[in-house]
Amino acid sequence: MKLPIYLDNHSTTPCDPRVLEMMLPYFTEKFGNAASRNHSFGWEAEEGVEVARKQIAHLIHADAKEIIFTSGATESDNLALQGVVEMYREKGDHIITSSTEHRAVIDTAKYLEKKGIKVTFLPVDKAGMVSPDDVRNAITDKTILISIMMANNEIGTINPVAAIGKVAKEKGILFHCDATQGVGKIPVNVQEMGIDLMSFTAHKIYGPKGVGALYVRRKAPRVRLEAMMYGGGHERGMRSGTLAVPLIVGFGKACELCEQEMAAESVRMMKMRDRLQEGIMGKMDEVYLNGHPTERLPNNLNISFAYVEGEALLMGVKEIALSSGSACTSATLEPSYVLRALGVGSDLAHSSIRFGLGRFNTDEEVEYTIDRMIKAVTHLREMSPLYEMAKEGVDLKSVQWAAH
Amino acid sequence: MAYSEKVIDHYNNPRNVGSFQKDADDVGTGIVGAPECGDVMKLQIKVENDTIVDAKFKTFGCGSAIASSSLATEWLKGKSLEQAQKIKNTDIVQELNLPPVKIHCSVLAEDAIKAALGDYQKKAIEKKPNPAEAVASS
Ligand SMILES: Cc1ncc(COP(=O)(O)O)c(C=O)c1O
Ligand code: FES
Repeated sequence: MKLPIYLDNHSTTPCDPRVLEMMLPYFTEKFGNAASRNHSFGWEAEEGVEVARKQIAHLIHADAKEIIFTSGATESDNLALQGVVEMYREKGDHIITSSTEHRAVIDTAKYLEKKGIKVTFLPVDKAGMVSPDDVRNAITDKTILISIMMANNEIGTINPVAAIGKVAKEKGILFHCDATQGVGKIPVNVQEMGIDLMSFTAHKIYGPKGVGALYVRRKAPRVRLEAMMYGGGHERGMRSGTLAVPLIVGFGKACELCEQEMAAESVRMMKMRDRLQEGIMGKMDEVYLNGHPTERLPNNLNISFAYVEGEALLMGVKEIALSSGSACTSATLEPSYVLRALGVGSDLAHSSIRFGLGRFNTDEEVEYTIDRMIKAVTHLREMSPLYEMAKEGVDLKSVQWAAH
Repeated sequence: MAYSEKVIDHYNNPRNVGSFQKDADDVGTGIVGAPECGDVMKLQIKVENDTIVDAKFKTFGCGSAIASSSLATEWLKGKSLEQAQKIKNTDIVQELNLPPVKIHCSVLAEDAIKAALGDYQKKAIEKKPNPAEAVASS
């Protein structure tokens, strides 16, 4: 077993060697511009792009023409929200989203708020789920877009997307879904889920960084978007700019591999994840699972270790790459807003660790991680004044803290 | 973020982890921070003849907060109460090479020192009859 161990696969994934191999010729001999119509260099590049478009569309049950290439899910989210709002502004000025969305959606929605759009940020339940009934009740005759994520990047909770899509259809409102964490990990079908726009990205599914897609429905309804990038009119005029051919080719291959291997891979992920969960939670007191116990990405585990601070814990397991919802690890010095939205107390949010398994993790790495986590938490609890107080029977909630 | 070697050393081998009897007359206890803020430091000193003879800490916080309080206990031992008052968070920042985002962890350690000294002094005053009063009542 090699160290360090990478267990931060919600953040990004390594490029699969089979993906890289497909990409390489497109950096050198097949370097053409996919928009060059007059020579074989261009045709070759265009062919690479069109194969990829089909592979990507196939994975999500869409038509190849409905795939718009972007630089990643952040851009796709921006384009979906801003593009729809600008195009349909005359029809209404209200959009609905949720409080646990990725910052790419939340911050775009806040920007739109500043421009006079009304935004409803729906709450989530204790497991992090959006309720389709809440979506329905939030709809007004001015609502032009519903944007709800498929699976959360911190806690892995999977939303009832198909039910939300149904509500949107009934009311004739466009439905955008940020499926960045879902695509390639769980079955996604834009038809059955009633999705009109969908963001996703290559680097979360063992493809390259710097390329993503926005699915834009062409039929029933035909979704229109105002572009954010003007120029050569690429991608049906919705996103101008020379296509990143090697990245797109890699994105396509990555989707193809996910489609072929997802069934087996998700079973393997879930087995490793359940072992990790049981190995850690079965051996320690006062550890809490964040997110949904079952409706959860197969590769996600998010746990709060009471009385120890997340960044200190990460430091204790330096040879394992993980992330924490602790404020000490964030630039804002605020603990995770996702955990806060679930009603997890600040103290437990500071104590949270996210484990993200991936294609290249092994059972041996999982066993090693269990062992190291237990040791690190024990070490830190020995020096934790809170653990000591709790053991003495002090109710921490009743203490008057000298907050600063 | 990369930690300095000194922070890592204090984290791996924290000095003086533990607790003294909080209500003992020769012990001063400072507890600062709050769980909601992600950091709580408990720092205790044991005093004989105005000299700190021992110190202990327990900290809930990041590695830099742990290192700051561990270092503080090392520095406190052997110091007079007056010298201890002069320990500044900037000394801790310098010794541990803390980056700007971790300065508040050192501030917390300074606050904990001040709180422990204050607690000891409060106890000492309560314990000793006020000499002025003693004269007046005789
Ligand atoms: C749910 C979600 N949306 C959007 C993004 C942004 O993706 P990208 O890095 O491709 O811009 C991420 C990745 O962090 C994500 O997890
Ligand atoms: S305790 Fe939060 S940054 Fe140090």
